[in-house]
Amino acid sequence: MATDAKAATSYEEGLKGASEKVAEFREDRSPLKRVQHWLHQTPSAVPMIVLIVAIIIFGFLSENFFKAGTLSTILQQIAIVGILGCAQTLVVLTAGIDLSVGAIAVFSSVLMGQATFRYGIPAELSIVIGLILGTAMGAVNGLLIAKMKLPPFIATLGTWQILLASNFIFSANETIRSSDIEEKARALQFWGGSIQPGGVKILYAVFLMIVLVAIMSYVLRSTAWGRHVYATGDDPQAAELAGVPTKNVLIQVYALAGFFCAIAGWVMIGRFGSVSPTASTGQLGNIQSITAVVIGGISLFGGRGSIVGMFFGALIVGVFEMGLRLVGTDPQWTFFLIGVLIIFAVAVDQWIRKVAG
Amino acid sequence: MEPILTGRNLVKRYGKVTALDNCDFDLYPGEILAVIGDNGAGKSTLIKAVSGAVIPDEGEITLEGRKIRFTNPIEARQAGIETVYQTLAMSPALSIADNIFMGRELRKPGIMGSVFRQLDRAAMEKFARAKLNELGLMTIQNINQAVETLSGGQRQGVAVARAAAFGSKVVILDEPTAALGVKESRRVLELIRDVRSRGIPIILISHNMPHVFEVADRIHIHRLGKRLCVINPKDYTMSDAVAFMTGAKLPEGVTEAA
Ligand SMILES: Nc1ncnc2c1ncn2[C@@H]1O[C@H](COP(=O)(O)OP(=O)(O)OP(=O)(O)O)[C@@H](O)[C@H]1O
Ligand SMILES: [Mg+2]
Repeated sequence: MATDAKAATSYEEGLKGASEKVAEFREDRSPLKRVQHWLHQTPSAVPMIVLIVAIIIFGFLSENFFKAGTLSTILQQIAIVGILGCAQTLVVLTAGIDLSVGAIAVFSSVLMGQATFRYGIPAELSIVIGLILGTAMGAVNGLLIAKMKLPPFIATLGTWQILLASNFIFSANETIRSSDIEEKARALQFWGGSIQPGGVKILYAVFLMIVLVAIMSYVLRSTAWGRHVYATGDDPQAAELAGVPTKNVLIQVYALAGFFCAIAGWVMIGRFGSVSPTASTGQLGNIQSITAVVIGGISLFGGRGSIVGMFFGALIVGVFEMGLRLVGTDPQWTFFLIGVLIIFAVAVDQWIRKVAG
Repeated sequence: MEPILTGRNLVKRYGKVTALDNCDFDLYPGEILAVIGDNGAGKSTLIKAVSGAVIPDEGEITLEGRKIRFTNPIEARQAGIETVYQTLAMSPALSIADNIFMGRELRKPGIMGSVFRQLDRAAMEKFARAKLNELGLMTIQNINQAVETLSGGQRQGVAVARAAAFGSKVVILDEPTAALGVKESRRVLELIRDVRSRGIPIILISHNMPHVFEVADRIHIHRLGKRLCVINPKDYTMSDAVAFMTGAKLPEGVTEAA
């Protein structure tokens, strides 16, 4: 016991001396270097700062901005992109990209709707079917990428077109009306429900998005599987040699992404009321989710970034859209500024990654 | 005594390049076997074949007398074979502790671990720190530091610590001291002896002849994709060994096969 205690203290002493040396070492660094190092360890800091600055600026420019209603509308508008962003985050962390997220979401929503209205399956069961099929679509992406070694960009460019076309063919371009769903299949619209504390409407979909981001943040940070996702994106050969089943990880990541997309499809029914195969998400969902991921500081080279950053990224887009609308500028300025932000975010990523080199 | 690990007639071709050409290989219990040979002789390919990183096209591998066929490094690891690859196999953006436990993470006890799969960070960090201290890698202060912020030698130290800590049957080191300083190399050699004294045999690939002759019990000389001969370092000089591996001289009883 006594020797143990002694060993422990001498061990601690060693550490003490050492950490002082580190402190000395750091003093040599310029403040810029220190910022670079801090960002290297806290990848969601940049989008958080941008978000706070944007909120403050818009708060000054428009007195309506800080109203609770405005903020809840922003959250409502990013709910779907935020959920698609969860899917995209997983994929981008493995150094991949998923262009099919929007197509999977729309097709899943159509499958849920048609299962109920064409085949008379109870809405709850239709939802389960839609979620399973969405997951299967993602798994197909995963198989193409992990087993057939197709580049993710090409594989998902293909499945995006295939799924979107299948969606139009299967649905015969038919929209299921909101009033019909309300009458016969309320479960499909569940996420459109809301609570209204103090008259401010907050959609269930907003809570769902926040819960999903929180769960995935935990999974990515605190479980072995999460570490394997990062390792797979960081250096796949090294990960494989170190004992990570990288192929399985990739398939699981794309399948889980498909599952999130199907959830987003279900949320779309709640948000829009109707089931529409021509919903713009099918064409724009991928670009919007990639934008959130990139502005959120997740490296397209894989292995770096956090899902919370993606959430900030989606919020930044929502804040810009809403803020510029309230200020009354030409809406094109939103796209202009988002484009600037994307380039800024990627430039910052390059700079942060230089920390090692 | 029976060898613990053997390879017979191992062949591995990469397109037109034959990296292993009917190669034989034997490792005996409790020994340090050095593998030496020119650049490109096929040493790394040989150890990759026995550690599951490469699947040989032909040939047979046995571990403790049983025939084995690993299809990936995880299987070899589960069988107790631990390897430091020449490329180190570390995830640069992840921390030292993450890397040491990659693929064999510890989970928290109780419901947090079993249901919520939460990693036991504290336990992993403590273990990682203890192993690095054993290696004398005191210059690493922060176990949560990303591996890419370490120097090349520190990285190598971490990889060696990982293999030595987990190897239960065989530890394979592919040029473990190539990037290390004098003091650190010495620690690795001590560590190699430590591992042997735990009864675990070691395969050491190295171009550093003094190191090889200092620690090896036997030296496997690899030339043109196969085992040329095995020598006892007490019977030969370093220049003999170099002459054999470069083809300047042939060991007795060996004729350069066509
Ligand atoms: N992945 C690969 N693809 C193609 N050829 C390869 C591959 N790996 C090794 N080779 C070839 O196989 C031969 C043996 O390579 P290996 O890495 O086993 O040599 P080595 O003895 O470890 O050399 P060194 O001392 O330089 O590490 C070389 O000619 C090399 O070009
Ligand atoms: Mg080699």
